[in-house]
Amino acid sequence: MTISFGSKLQTNWDWRAAFNFMFGGSGSALLLMMAIFAAPQAAPLALALVALVLVGFGLLMVWLEIGRPWRFLHVFFHPQTSWMTREGSVGTVLFPVTIAGALMHSVMLLAFAAVLGFVFLYCQARILKAAAGIPAWREPAIVPLIISTGLVEGTAIAMMFFQGMNSAALWMPGLFTLFIAARLWMWFAYRDALARGKAPAGTLQALTKMHREFIIAGCIVPLLCVLMTFAFELGSWGTFLGGAVALISGWRLKYAIVVKASFKQGYGIGKLRKGRPIIKPPVRRAGDPIQL
Amino acid sequence: MTRYVMTADLNRCVGCQTCTAACKHTNATPPEIQWRKVLDVEMGEFPDVERIFMPVGCQHCADPPCMHVCPSQATAQRDDGIVTIDYDLCIGCGYCMVACPYDARYKVDEARFAYGKKPSLTEALRHDEGRLGVAQKCTFCADRIDEGTAKGLTPGVDPEATPACVNSCIANALQFGDIEDENSNVSELLAENTYFQMHEELGTETGFYYLWNEK
Repeated sequence: MTISFGSKLQTNWDWRAAFNFMFGGSGSALLLMMAIFAAPQAAPLALALVALVLVGFGLLMVWLEIGRPWRFLHVFFHPQTSWMTREGSVGTVLFPVTIAGALMHSVMLLAFAAVLGFVFLYCQARILKAAAGIPAWREPAIVPLIISTGLVEGTAIAMMFFQGMNSAALWMPGLFTLFIAARLWMWFAYRDALARGKAPAGTLQALTKMHREFIIAGCIVPLLCVLMTFAFELGSWGTFLGGAVALISGWRLKYAIVVKASFKQGYGIGKLRKGRPIIKPPVRRAGDPIQL
Repeated sequence: MTRYVMTADLNRCVGCQTCTAACKHTNATPPEIQWRKVLDVEMGEFPDVERIFMPVGCQHCADPPCMHVCPSQATAQRDDGIVTIDYDLCIGCGYCMVACPYDARYKVDEARFAYGKKPSLTEALRHDEGRLGVAQKCTFCADRIDEGTAKGLTPGVDPEATPACVNSCIANALQFGDIEDENSNVSELLAENTYFQMHEELGTETGFYYLWNEK
């Protein structure tokens, strides 16, 4: 017999943390997508700046949330196991590399920035997965979901930008469609995994509440807008509308996961055992801070 | 090797919250912060209903998720299994708080006192600015253990070397000791009773065992 009880919504990470995942995820994926969209040339400086502003704004929000903001350098102390340290470290390198690449029109540097952007996005996904106290975050299916929605958002911004510059290629909406489909698939996989894993009722309710909106605004509307625009040559409005809706729906999704669906594990009564327990000594991993 | 663990006998706990009060008194935690608290749990369906009292707090996991996620290395682990927080290193990011499956960590951003903005004499004396804006939790009274063992005392046996909550327990429901020692009180209790560890499926290998003999 196992019993769980006492799950409640976490309030330690609020909208400021959510903003990091929302804007940081979009900005970092944009670094990757702008490099792909602009290839074989260097991505434009303006787009690089948009990406950095998004990432920087997200990190600023996190900085505003921490209890001891002037100790922020301590965030770099634990790269061995902390995905937050890794995110911060990648974010620190990402800024100078992107700025230098954009100013020097260096395809190589911007390609490196694109890789850093993807790693930053991956770190964000792993930050959530490592939060073992929140069933909605620790579910492994959150990693592909966060990555896929980041890619949708980055692609949406890049596509809108290149459409605005009249240099959008036909394969761009194709890629956008692919990522939208992947995000939809990951969304279903994520919800199924949470339901199978008996996530707290509050988590499932919060996600169910936004399911229909996400299907319509996150998938159907953007796909219809973008595909109709390119299929019938309706001008650029469809790309802008579809891109914007896909972008905002991605932000809404991450806001809901971080702020609304983040119910704690709660307490529990486990399976009764008898007999002297097998004693597990403290687990040691490389880089663990050991206090002797 | 030494591995300190705590046991809570759910058949004995009467939910008096004396452990909570003793912990607050010992560690001078502000209002609403309870490193050791006791849950009042009702289980079953009428008429087959049972009520238990369940002490909770930091479980001092052998594989603590809070330590692995901590970006500043503020959360560490001693060789005796006690999970610690260095208040001078902690940046108060709250990552450990969402990583802890036992809801055992707290963060207080502003000084708060029991009776309004002005601290009482005791609160003024014991207020620690270093604990503001950082994570805090049960320490298993590590300082008492260290001072006690330095005097040759045995944690779990000698009150001077034993956590305050265990010392205060009126029903002897809470016990503390070295699980590596086969003759310790906790080892004997675990050998004689049925027990469980909370959220065992998460693989955290807690240092907190709940003794419970179903009737």
